[in-house]
Amino acid sequence: MKDDAAPIAGQAHQDTIHDSAIKHVTGRADYTDDLVEPTGTIHAYLGLSTCAHGRITGMDFTDTLAQPGVLGVLTADDLPGVNDVSPNGMNDDPILADGVVHFWGQPVFAVIAETRDQARRAAHKARIDYDALPHVLDPIAARDAGMGYVTDPLTLRRGDAAVAMADAPRRITGRFAVGGQDHFYLEGQIALAIPGEDDEVALHVSTQHPSEVQHMVAHVLGVPSSAVVVNVRRMGGGFGGKETQMNLFACVAAVAAKRWHRAVKIRPDRDDDMTATGKRHDFVIDYAVGFDDEGRIRAVEGDLYARCGFSADLSGPVTDRALFHADNAYFYPDVRLSSHPMRTNTVSNTAFRGFGGPQGAIMAERMVEEIAYALGLDPLEVRKRNLYQNGQLTPYHQEVQDQILPRLIAELEQSSYYQARRQAVLDWNARGGVIRKGIALTPVKFGISFTATWFNQAGALIHIYSDGSIHLNHGGTEMGQGLNTKVAQIVAEAFQCDISRIRITKTTTEKVPNTSATAASSGTDLNGMAALDAANQIKARLTAFVAENWKVAEDQVAFVPGHVRAGDQMIVFDQVIRAAYMARIHLSAAGFYKTPKIHWDRTTGQGRPFYYFAYGAAVSEVSVDTLTGEYVIDRADILHDVGRSLNPALDRGQVEGAFVQGAGWLTTEELWWDDKGRLRTHAPSTYKVPLASDRPRIFNVALADWSEATERTIKRSKAVGEPPFVLGISVFEAINMAVASVADYREPARLDAPATPERVLMAVERLRG
Amino acid sequence: MELRINGLARRIEADPDMPLLWLLRDVLGLTGTKYGCGVAACGACMVHVDGQAVLACQTLIGDIEGEITTIEGLGTPDAPHPVQAAWIEQQVAQCGYCQSGQIMAAAALLAQNPDPSDDEIDAAMQGNLCRCATYPRIRAAIRSAALRLEAG
Repeated sequence: MKDDAAPIAGQAHQDTIHDSAIKHVTGRADYTDDLVEPTGTIHAYLGLSTCAHGRITGMDFTDTLAQPGVLGVLTADDLPGVNDVSPNGMNDDPILADGVVHFWGQPVFAVIAETRDQARRAAHKARIDYDALPHVLDPIAARDAGMGYVTDPLTLRRGDAAVAMADAPRRITGRFAVGGQDHFYLEGQIALAIPGEDDEVALHVSTQHPSEVQHMVAHVLGVPSSAVVVNVRRMGGGFGGKETQMNLFACVAAVAAKRWHRAVKIRPDRDDDMTATGKRHDFVIDYAVGFDDEGRIRAVEGDLYARCGFSADLSGPVTDRALFHADNAYFYPDVRLSSHPMRTNTVSNTAFRGFGGPQGAIMAERMVEEIAYALGLDPLEVRKRNLYQNGQLTPYHQEVQDQILPRLIAELEQSSYYQARRQAVLDWNARGGVIRKGIALTPVKFGISFTATWFNQAGALIHIYSDGSIHLNHGGTEMGQGLNTKVAQIVAEAFQCDISRIRITKTTTEKVPNTSATAASSGTDLNGMAALDAANQIKARLTAFVAENWKVAEDQVAFVPGHVRAGDQMIVFDQVIRAAYMARIHLSAAGFYKTPKIHWDRTTGQGRPFYYFAYGAAVSEVSVDTLTGEYVIDRADILHDVGRSLNPALDRGQVEGAFVQGAGWLTTEELWWDDKGRLRTHAPSTYKVPLASDRPRIFNVALADWSEATERTIKRSKAVGEPPFVLGISVFEAINMAVASVADYREPARLDAPATPERVLMAVERLRG
Repeated sequence: MELRINGLARRIEADPDMPLLWLLRDVLGLTGTKYGCGVAACGACMVHVDGQAVLACQTLIGDIEGEITTIEGLGTPDAPHPVQAAWIEQQVAQCGYCQSGQIMAAAALLAQNPDPSDDEIDAAMQGNLCRCATYPRIRAAIRSAALRLEAG
């Protein structure tokens, strides 16, 4: 027998199909709402505030309690433990409003009834009276009204930006408003709590962060974490919206489950989900850039004001990351960047794919555009002149060591025929028609690691049963990104067995404790390494056993497809496992991983918060109708860096999806509050996520297959979830170019984001004078 | 009342004003059809009535005349419908939640129009949201399914 037998199915770096692919398309993949409900399951429904800021002066539930099927109502007074789901220990995130409401749509009470429909109808029968207080909705108004910060701001500095700015040959200042974004996960928030004996409770929750749900439920019940089990098999989309926002729902379900001693499910309507849960932060950015006559940046100053909502939630790390990415891919010789996490009477904003990074990166691209128009250069030329060189320091004093953008951009520029197409666009616009075109190439350099260094750890658990089947568990959660598939590929390759032998199991706090959120694009980096550690522990025991049992040296033992080789003997994997079991070899292992090298000191604003950077670039071409403001993306070409891809098909899917979602953020997705503080874009009828018809007409997506992570990441791959989201900026820049053409590019269009057709039309009219 | 669902006659004891979605999910346990928005604006609850795509969240069971087909009845893991097979081949699904609705929309389109143009695909699919934005692969899968169906 030979070692080079047919390779296993599903090893790393192959286009292995998503582990749920067949279930997804036949309606057999169970999401939380699809699980068979325990007998006697009852339902909770939230009652939301109808006041943006006010003191609660009365709560009358007489009519609610009289409705059919209603079992009771929960208010803040009914919570046995701590009324808080703040993820950062700031104690500012009540589960149910306690005396004061801070935004329109804040959960005030929950109705418990036999059916969901009964609970929902009864919730609307409650009467809550308020003594209204002044409310502030946007970040600049909040600054002017002295609302203060929800969390400590951050300033990054290197050199002396004020002096360098004064010395720069040219200077431009501006203000740029960048909108937020609703997650619009197709599966909304949901939790099912099942009471257990003593103080125990088990939950099924659509969550990116089972361990945090566990802690929050323990706090609100006043029980130790060991009494709470949280499970999630898969989510119908997360995008950051289930990193902290499901804690509240899980807590309400758990409290009701313990109080009525029945299983309790809670699932809000879409409108309530959109009204009551946090979103991507919108920002108002004041920038100043100093530069020379060649377009080289000398100095940058930026003040980034974020609408954080009424509480901190994740606004601290989100606004920090906005600063970390306010350089996008460019070296700022002297720099000062300050965050202003403003308190507002709106829902508390939270994580969303990119986590503040895209909002920072677009500031850099706005400055590039200003410089290019001031000097009459192609913005791409300005971009190239300012790219980092290895050895240069970021504003947070991390040395860039893995720069690949010059090659990546050059390849994309060629493969997309950027120069010829830009000339064609200029020629087209010179004819002066109604339809104007724009084209832009924008890069991304995205820092990978949680900036909270302690989150960069993960665990995994592998059992091999005596029949040779393998049970795989890890702390990450599956939300469509293919994490489970990639981790299974890593384990399959380690044992050299087909991926079909590996059972992917639900994420549960019972198997891997103290996990971090599946967030920051880090799921595979962390959990893949932890699973590999577990596999290697078992392999080491098996290697020693095989050497002894088959009487060869340990270096004569190797795992080969479907077999273990011992010298010149080939033993079928199942047979090795059976023999190992009989010889009392431990066939289970818990793996662990922590990211090396990273450190970050927020007080000095210096460190190495990121293990490495992921890079990419996109060229987008658009056509804009200058009579209606409508536009289409004619073509997009992307070249993206995922290191040595663990699964190119899954990775390309992430790149495609992130790009379209990023373009949606900057074009059609507009959140709009009225002056009373009501979100009026709370359903797909008013809030426009990209449709099939919004995808680029021509869409070429490629991975930079020559790239390899310079650090020792899992099989030299790189994270993929968030970085390509930033490439949506190329669409926004292309629209800006098309609009600027109506004034012959004398000045940039300076569109605020999102560039809705209304905004585009207004900009066209303003530029035409 | 009696309804034919996935080839079986089912006796139903429920309020005729109940939306079909809740009959399928809560009464019959056919959970492949999903709740997305409840206002007929996302497509996650799409099923067929006599081969026509309808949104189950806004279809009252008392109004239904015809045979209902859900994603579970379109095909199975062992015997997938050509559209489902194309979906697997093109690796369309990411989170998967909207995909049963997408597939039902695509199957209804191809039953009426075996060779749709890109614009016809966009028009037929524009009521089905996918937040993972798998749209490029959905289009590729519809093309692939059209070829499979043509080949029989």
